[in-house]
Amino acid sequence: MSFSITDPSRRQKWIAGILVVTYAIVTLLPLVWIIATGFKTPPDSIAYPPKVFFSPSLEGYVNLFTSRSRVTPEDLAALGPPATWYDAIVRQYDMVITGPSRYGERFLNSVIIGFGSTFLSVFLGTIAAYAFSRFKVPLKDDLLFFILSTRMMPPIAVAIPIFLMYRQLGLNDTHLGMILLYTAVNLSLSVWLLKGFIDEIPIEYEEAALIDGYTRFQAFYKVVLPQAATGIASTAIFCLIFAWNEYAFAVLLTSGDAQTAPPFIPTIIGTGGKDWPAVAAGATLFLVPIMVFTILLRKHLLRGITFGAVRK
Amino acid sequence: MAQIVIKNIRKEFGSFTAVQSSSFTIEDGEFFMLLGPSGCGKTTTLRMIAGLELPTSGEIFINGQEVSQKPASQRDIAFVFQMFALYPHMNVRKNISYPLVSQGMPKAQVKAKVEEVAQILGITSLLDRPVGGLSGGDRQRVALGRAIVRNPACFLMDEPLGALDAEFREHMAEELRALHDRMGATTVYVTHDQLEAMQMGDKIVVMNHGVVEQFGRPQDIYDWPATTFVANFIGSPPMNFLRFDGSVAAGATAVALSGHSLAIPQTVEAASGALILGVRPENVHLDDTAALRGRILAAEYLGTTQIVTLDTAHGQVKARIGSDTVVRIGDQTGLRLDPRAITLFAPQGRALLSVANQRVLAHG
Ligand SMILES: Nc1ncnc2c1ncn2[C@@H]1O[C@H](COP(=O)(O)OP(=O)(O)OP(=O)(O)O)[C@@H](O)[C@H]1O
Ligand SMILES: [Mg+2]
Repeated sequence: MSFSITDPSRRQKWIAGILVVTYAIVTLLPLVWIIATGFKTPPDSIAYPPKVFFSPSLEGYVNLFTSRSRVTPEDLAALGPPATWYDAIVRQYDMVITGPSRYGERFLNSVIIGFGSTFLSVFLGTIAAYAFSRFKVPLKDDLLFFILSTRMMPPIAVAIPIFLMYRQLGLNDTHLGMILLYTAVNLSLSVWLLKGFIDEIPIEYEEAALIDGYTRFQAFYKVVLPQAATGIASTAIFCLIFAWNEYAFAVLLTSGDAQTAPPFIPTIIGTGGKDWPAVAAGATLFLVPIMVFTILLRKHLLRGITFGAVRK
Repeated sequence: MAQIVIKNIRKEFGSFTAVQSSSFTIEDGEFFMLLGPSGCGKTTTLRMIAGLELPTSGEIFINGQEVSQKPASQRDIAFVFQMFALYPHMNVRKNISYPLVSQGMPKAQVKAKVEEVAQILGITSLLDRPVGGLSGGDRQRVALGRAIVRNPACFLMDEPLGALDAEFREHMAEELRALHDRMGATTVYVTHDQLEAMQMGDKIVVMNHGVVEQFGRPQDIYDWPATTFVANFIGSPPMNFLRFDGSVAAGATAVALSGHSLAIPQTVEAASGALILGVRPENVHLDDTAALRGRILAAEYLGTTQIVTLDTAHGQVKARIGSDTVVRIGDQTGLRLDPRAITLFAPQGRALLSVANQRVLAHG
């Protein structure tokens, strides 16, 4: 029998496989449940025991995107036959669609605030990290520690002062306010992560570019940035995940114009009974952008996380 | 092409002085070696010539123009880094053309120039390969290509062979020297390998602790070291030091060592105290009739020659003699030192001027 240190044995492969599959099931089950619930009818969604097999319905999605009101059967009859398939779904419950719901706006708010703050965090983070990595900054270590220290308590601990401050500044419930807030929270992470990546890029590349006749900024732009792409991508994902999912500040600071999807989705329950399918549909759609973003940058993310460990 | 004059440059990093008022001149077309042990300030000096580091004080002239405070891009130099610094996200062709593109040269011209350089270096077949998979030697060639493509006034190289294995180093060293001879561009080359410096350089500057110890032709530095540091750093095995207390007057032609008179080149300076007599191993001959006595401790066979280590009243002495001479360990024998090849050092380690070495040392 041969024995190898580097190649796993069959048994090791089996154990590893079982562990991975178990972990995948545990983490994916809630996701599957949410997605499935989105396609159930309200009675199916609260059936006990839970229904694994059910006839799919788009009711949840219709309810998510519309506001409806109840009408008398006579009025309903007077309206004539439903004009669209979603009209038909709604009318089964003696309701009519009175207009679109707020979900679209809230979703758009999430996109603007999430991507806006991610862009700003990464942009400022890259510049700051470059400076910390390459230049003599007075009190560099203290500054870096100070930046890190802003992460040492949960951000929500400063919620009240921020709320009061924002009220004074008129930033409550504004896109700008939320973008600035999430940027402030993410900036320490992005500076530290990116500084690590930029430190790994040998300074000789820039010096070679300087000698080749480029300015400092051109050297940064043409030599450092392409090589930091991996780090920038993984930093962007981390920043976006935080800003996208953030709930506590969003509840506290937004209620109207700038409300993001996370505080909005639970409020769907209240409008028209326990509408779990609509909530699940809202949550499902909310997952899509971040999944797409992560999958697009997946290659970079993996490389980014293992960077340093596998540098040759 | 360019002449480079370094005048009293000095570089401080905070309170640490990396280079202390160094001066030397690099003539047009020279292959010039900056030699010294690790941490002596070679790289710092080279980076100041390149403009990657600004001197704390002093002047640097390239072709008569004072450039010490000018940015690197305005000095018309090319720099070859120890780790090559090829841009990893570009292929070989892009790497080589990068400096030309930055000057705004038209595309067709860039292409022609790159092909020409690739031809010279024998890397035409590699042009479209990514730099990631290249061997050390090929990376070195690409780095050289990026340097020569611009036709700079001079090349600065910081231990360009340091990352290669020993066998290949020698080959690349020859290639580099041949390239230099063909192009004739002034080259400043940093190394801590004294053998490499001796073999390749037209001139050598020997540095130690940020100080220029000596500057001159390899042969002169080898024969007539200006300090004990140089005498010890250059040559393998290094120069022998025989320590003795005594004094020499100006014009003396002999010194007294344990009561025996030993002929030396006629001195120009006087000195007294704990003096050091320096002599290269090949200038020590075993001769039973000689007054200076020693006991043979070891013999190291090196093919045509052997290195014999002897214990004398003034310390250990190594002699390089023909390997046909039979030596027996433990034997007592006499040592005859070639009187024309002896250097006396003052107690602080500075070589005393004599009629033999003043031609070499007087200018420094
Ligand atoms: N940017 C810097 N800040 C502080 N000290 C520095 C800096 N660069 C170099 N030094 C110090 O200056 C001294 C000379 O460094 P330098 O790199 O010139 O040595 P070197 O002769 O090239 O050595 P090596 O053979 O190891 O490359 C070293 O002691 C080094 O620690
Ligand atoms: Mg160095």
